Amino acid sequence: MWDYTDRVMDHFRNPRNVGVVKDPDGVGEVGSLACGDALKLTFKLDKDARISDVKFQTFGCASAIASSSALTEMVKGMTLEEAEKVTNRDIAKFLGGLPEQKMHCSVMGREALEAAIRNYRTGEKSKQILEGKVICNCFGVTEEEIERVVRENSLTTVEQVTNYCKAGGGCGGCVPSIQEVIDRVEVERKSAGAAAAARPMTFLQKIHLIEDTMAREIRPMLQRDGGDIDLVNVEGNKVIVAFRGMCAGCNVAQFTLKEVVEAKLREFVSGDIVVEDVKS
Amino acid sequence: MDNNATTRVAPEVTEAMEPFFRELWGNPSSMHYFGGQVARHVEDARAKVAELIGADPSEIIFTSCGTESNNTAIAGAAEIYGRQARIVTSRVEHQAVLGPCRKLGQTGFDVVELGVDSAGQPDLGELRKALQHAPCFVTTMWANNETGVIFPIEEIAGIVKSAGGVLHVDAVQAAGKLPVRVDEVPVDMLSLSGHKIHAPKGIGVLYVRRGTKFRPFMLGGHQEHGRRAGTENVPYIVGLGRACEMAREHLREGPGKLAALRDRLEKGLIAACPSGVLVNGDKGRRLPNTTNMSFRYIEGEAILYHLSDLGIAASSGSACTSGSLEVSHVLRAMGVPAEFAQGSIRFSLSRYTTGEDVDYVIAMMPAIVRRLRALSPFSPPEEQQI
Repeated sequence: MWDYTDRVMDHFRNPRNVGVVKDPDGVGEVGSLACGDALKLTFKLDKDARISDVKFQTFGCASAIASSSALTEMVKGMTLEEAEKVTNRDIAKFLGGLPEQKMHCSVMGREALEAAIRNYRTGEKSKQILEGKVICNCFGVTEEEIERVVRENSLTTVEQVTNYCKAGGGCGGCVPSIQEVIDRVEVERKSAGAAAAARPMTFLQKIHLIEDTMAREIRPMLQRDGGDIDLVNVEGNKVIVAFRGMCAGCNVAQFTLKEVVEAKLREFVSGDIVVEDVKS
Repeated sequence: MDNNATTRVAPEVTEAMEPFFRELWGNPSSMHYFGGQVARHVEDARAKVAELIGADPSEIIFTSCGTESNNTAIAGAAEIYGRQARIVTSRVEHQAVLGPCRKLGQTGFDVVELGVDSAGQPDLGELRKALQHAPCFVTTMWANNETGVIFPIEEIAGIVKSAGGVLHVDAVQAAGKLPVRVDEVPVDMLSLSGHKIHAPKGIGVLYVRRGTKFRPFMLGGHQEHGRRAGTENVPYIVGLGRACEMAREHLREGPGKLAALRDRLEKGLIAACPSGVLVNGDKGRRLPNTTNMSFRYIEGEAILYHLSDLGIAASSGSACTSGSLEVSHVLRAMGVPAEFAQGSIRFSLSRYTTGEDVDYVIAMMPAIVRRLRALSPFSPPEEQQI
């Protein structure tokens, strides 16, 4: 048996808001019999544009029913702008957590909510809009959906992606493509992380980091060729250095300045650094 | 109601095992009286197992479980016959057979998986075709764990033997529920599991017909005449011996009684539940204790949790319960449509199941079906809660 929380079992045994809202303003339908779970969500707005009534019908396992029930409880009274911000993690959190392999149930809830809101705004009736390239043919999951669960839930393995949106859970043929998406998001996350780390740095910290990087990464390299380098000044993102020893007057000094010194400082300190020789 | 998953250990079995946890804890391989007296009990149990299936005791190898027995047979065949051999199995095997076969397929072996028809019966034409290759090792089941469908093993054995192939049969579900006799059917190897016949989990058997080429799987000891290394699990072996004795007894009248109970359950559920209920698998050739039923428009795991709340244990072939995201490979191979397969429930009875148990399920199930149908967007409108 799955290790469901009491909250999940409560919503499974006593689902809230079952059915279809009369004359709904928005209808969202996702999933299918073949996929093993499906959810139809309908809502009605009041005169203040808040969700006054919301109901669901679900075909699926205990956690699919519980996730749907939880979702309806969560969004009741919200404006559509507020409801749009509800993520699958919020649904799982509301239920006191879901087993990792069942996270796709919470994702289905979020997808149905989005489909219902889209239906209200654009009148689109299609059950599921497949935007972009389908990566997992077994479960009809697009690259966009995979990227989204990876991003929103900080996923790092294909197995996790399968748990969250089923992609890769059938024949397994799309596993390399899923890995590519994970790798791409990972690269973005790292560079975003580096930029975020750069932001709160004080000017003094920045100078220290420049000096450290020069001592650790740059100077040993130049010293091997009988040269050296000194930090002269830092003005914003501009770093002014002076070559010493063999480096001073070396005919490839400009190359060293850009391809070694600037490259290293951009890598370890900040991506926007420009390095200049004191003479120029 | 989930006895194909496992069975309760018979009180007689527990009783038979007890002295081997208390006084008789010697090692049967030891060269002293203390161990020697234990060895005699192991041999006594071996004879009882052999008697159940019509084998000679020397052909019985004790293992740790049915899965080990299957792995031993398949890995051994791969080692003996090498990559020029073809390995033939079916698409509806238990994972303990499919797993090792597919692994061999990935490492360059020629593995053929026979298809089944909508009743779950194997395509014997495909089998004959596959056997045109030599050497050929066939590994298949006597009866299916999910649907209870019984394969025509006599016919399969005839086909395999006349083509010169080697046949291993996984009889884990069949043993104790119907006559499984190696003196009547010319199988070369056969797997059994203790915990499906009221012995504990952790004991299995591989029967190897005398003269069959064999390679051990577990190495590092002379036990079981060098065919399975590792100190014998004496208490469980003794327990299995007792369980086999009881199974032989049960086979006299038990299967008929079980089939009657199973039919009562099946008919009762179909009559009591809203329409959209059907039985999966060959109704004419099924284990007497098993029924696999599909409840349309609703999902198996949800049914199981409601049943569990009422103290009823069953299992399902739905995607959510299969351990993967896809519905049972058995139901898929039979071509059962998703809307039925997702709502499949297996009830499997045992000799301890009573008429009251069956009637309780019949009384409780309709409300569960109605409840989940009311939630389902696929149900007929009159069953939905609007």
